[in-house]
Amino acid sequence: MKTLKILVAVAFVIAISAFAIDKVSSNKTTKGYLIGDVAVDFKLKNIDDSVVSLADYSDAKGFIIIFTCNHCPYSVAYEDRIIALNTLYKEKGYPVVAINPNNSKDYPEDSFENMKIRAKNKGFTFPYLFDDGQHIYPQYGATKTPHVYVLQKTEKGNIVRYIGAIDNNYKNVSAVTKKYVEDAVNALLNGEKILIETTKAIGCSIKV
Amino acid sequence: MLRFILYIGFIFLFINCKGEQTVALDATNVFEGRGVEIPVYDFESFKPLLRINDGKIRIINFWATWCRPCVAELPYFELINSRYSRDKVEVILVSLDLPSQVESKLIPFIKKQKIASKIVLLDDPDANSWIPKVSSNWSGSIPATIIYKGGNSNFYERSFTYNELEKELKKML
Repeated sequence: MKTLKILVAVAFVIAISAFAIDKVSSNKTTKGYLIGDVAVDFKLKNIDDSVVSLADYSDAKGFIIIFTCNHCPYSVAYEDRIIALNTLYKEKGYPVVAINPNNSKDYPEDSFENMKIRAKNKGFTFPYLFDDGQHIYPQYGATKTPHVYVLQKTEKGNIVRYIGAIDNNYKNVSAVTKKYVEDAVNALLNGEKILIETTKAIGCSIKV
Repeated sequence: MLRFILYIGFIFLFINCKGEQTVALDATNVFEGRGVEIPVYDFESFKPLLRINDGKIRIINFWATWCRPCVAELPYFELINSRYSRDKVEVILVSLDLPSQVESKLIPFIKKQKIASKIVLLDDPDANSWIPKVSSNWSGSIPATIIYKGGNSNFYERSFTYNELEKELKKML
């Protein structure tokens, strides 16, 4: 491997257009939950062949719902951090519940059998559920993996308090400067306002 | 063997027909191997690419080799790139592949598929800071595409067929 260092010393007239992109349109209507909405409960098959519902967690104060999968490099990059979140918050009342929203026809790697294998190999300490028939993720509005929803259990139901990314650097844990999910859950535990309620991240599209 | 050129000011020029406007992008890195050269940008250095005002239509497609729907629609972008004059339409494929997979996945893919459109790598892990600057409508899933000409821009967080893509392009022609 060769490494070159080239100094470019050319004076450029950067005449970038003064025109900003002033008209941005989209033909896709955003669906799914907004902050403050009540999230639907579900009955989904877990990798241990049990059926898991949020209602099963009588002691929980809320949940860290993470739509994730096997095949996506971004999901894989976050696996250890998802395990760490469960370790940190399960006892405090905010367990991780992971859901694979993908269709195993399009992504054989994301089949229920392969979910079991991945969970075993990585030592997942949390439920890893299969959104069989793909009915749950559209209601949440998850568009990609990983995509996180922090829910707070209230008398009205499980209220969506945070939507988005786990942190601000998928690539390098040590370069993370904002831990969005931890900050959100800590705020909920302390009865404080969540400062950043939604974030965006690149992820693998969930395919219907 | 891949040559990995560090910290060079790799400059791309976008010059319009009159040669009056020049946009220079400073790449933070360049991957080079097997006859393929891929400049790497963080969002700040990439941003000017979304604002070139030279009368040309630009189709900016965000994709990655690991994204199956992206790979499925790439041939249509290639077809647009080959069918329309370079003076009128430019296709730029913005890969969001992991830098660690450029050598093992991206470059072999480009070679195998004989991709002719311009390819750049956007490597900026703090996506929450830049996704809204691309479009306030973008959730961050790919494929995503911008078609713009001057200040007129349309954003699409969806997959395209050839006919659908050409129809959107023709709105700008």
